[in-house]
Amino acid sequence: MCSLCGILGSNEHWADAVARPGVFTRNAERVDRRRERAKRVRIAGRILTEFGMSLSDWQGSSFLLSTSTGKTEMVEDLGHLWPLAEKISGRVCDPLSHSLIEKLEGGGDA
Amino acid sequence: MPDAFPDFTPVNLLTGFLGSGKTTLLRRLLQDPALSDTAVLINEFGEVGLDHHLLERIDDTMVLLQSGCVCCTIRGELAQAMRDLQSKRERGIVPPFRRLIMESTGLADPFPVLSTLKSDPVLRHHFKAANVITTLDAVNGLVQLESHGESVRQAAIADAIVLTKTDLTDEPAIARLMQRVRRINPDAPFVDAQGDHFDVDRLLSGASGSGEGAPSKGGFYCEEPVSAIGEAGSAHQKPVHSFVMIIDARIDWTAFGLWLTMLLNRHGDKVLRVKGILNIEGEDNPVAIHGVQHLVHTPVHMTGWPSDDRRSRIVFIVDGLDADLIRRSFSAFNRLGLPQPAVKITETA
Repeated sequence: MCSLCGILGSNEHWADAVARPGVFTRNAERVDRRRERAKRVRIAGRILTEFGMSLSDWQGSSFLLSTSTGKTEMVEDLGHLWPLAEKISGRVCDPLSHSLIEKLEGGGDA
Repeated sequence: MPDAFPDFTPVNLLTGFLGSGKTTLLRRLLQDPALSDTAVLINEFGEVGLDHHLLERIDDTMVLLQSGCVCCTIRGELAQAMRDLQSKRERGIVPPFRRLIMESTGLADPFPVLSTLKSDPVLRHHFKAANVITTLDAVNGLVQLESHGESVRQAAIADAIVLTKTDLTDEPAIARLMQRVRRINPDAPFVDAQGDHFDVDRLLSGASGSGEGAPSKGGFYCEEPVSAIGEAGSAHQKPVHSFVMIIDARIDWTAFGLWLTMLLNRHGDKVLRVKGILNIEGEDNPVAIHGVQHLVHTPVHMTGWPSDDRRSRIVFIVDGLDADLIRRSFSAFNRLGLPQPAVKITETA
């Protein structure tokens, strides 16, 4: 079972395996889990903005990744996020890109 | 199986450049009584020169040595060979074994094997990655490191380096070789294959590729990463080099997860190793991480800090990536998750 979304048959992604409140689905309070998900959506959204995409929570179980033109994909965990982001946007999502780093250094929020 | 046998059989990978003494080491391992409860996967029986008087043939691909060690050849898919071995163990055709050693001839990195162990629906319930052991020729090792990229990668991904043929050269030459290796792999312990204290059991149960166990003192928790790892000048964009990020601020796990997954998605083939001990916001004890290329092992919650120093340390062994850019990128991402305005990273390379 995926510890992030509770879906049967999924592998646990390494980023979900640290027992911070909200990260372990089965052991944590529901509100903590929602808070952790909201934080993921916020931070990932800040990064994805630079590539013309956004991320939102879907039913507290998965994430929806969307481009500004409306292409949308369901994302299960962080392991799937970046390959899908590159696929639907047709852009290279490189965290070592000078322009991305400069934009993120420019301010915490878009 | 007896209770004493582990739920997950550790898999040690043995790699090394052509002629580096890998087969000699393997032959020696096979004869060691300490490995009586070990299975060994090799490419060809002929390579290790098994004495036919000392073995019992189980089938075309599997023999049982007199020592109790099971020896198999890999024909076709690795996953199939391992499944076959597991099946024979379950059915009692081969004796239960406590660990598996896999010879990875010609394999420059362990990623395909680790990936198989992690993703195969059968194998992942029975096996887990243990350490990567690389043999390095004390006579020709330096030349190989200078002229063969594959040799550099093999040294870079090692959890332990077995120096072979040390009896054929002198100490200054060995010291130069070790110094060279330290620039690309800061923490793998050296083991002298010719030494009096060569301990097979210790070698195989050493630093785990799964990230379990305490971090090595000389590794990502090294006290002096600059002298241990750094080269005069800058290590930026060298073909294979290592550097340490020492991070004063606490790390936001959410931002870190997004950053590392993004980095490995784009540059995973160039991140030969990432290994670290992290001071996570909201956690009292450190979390150890360990990744090989695109694959990151399940992070391990450590029971305490190895010293009073509570700073996070992450060692990267990379192929051609810019250390400064990685530091800047991490810092920018970490800011997104933390309330404080900036993260100070100590320059180390």
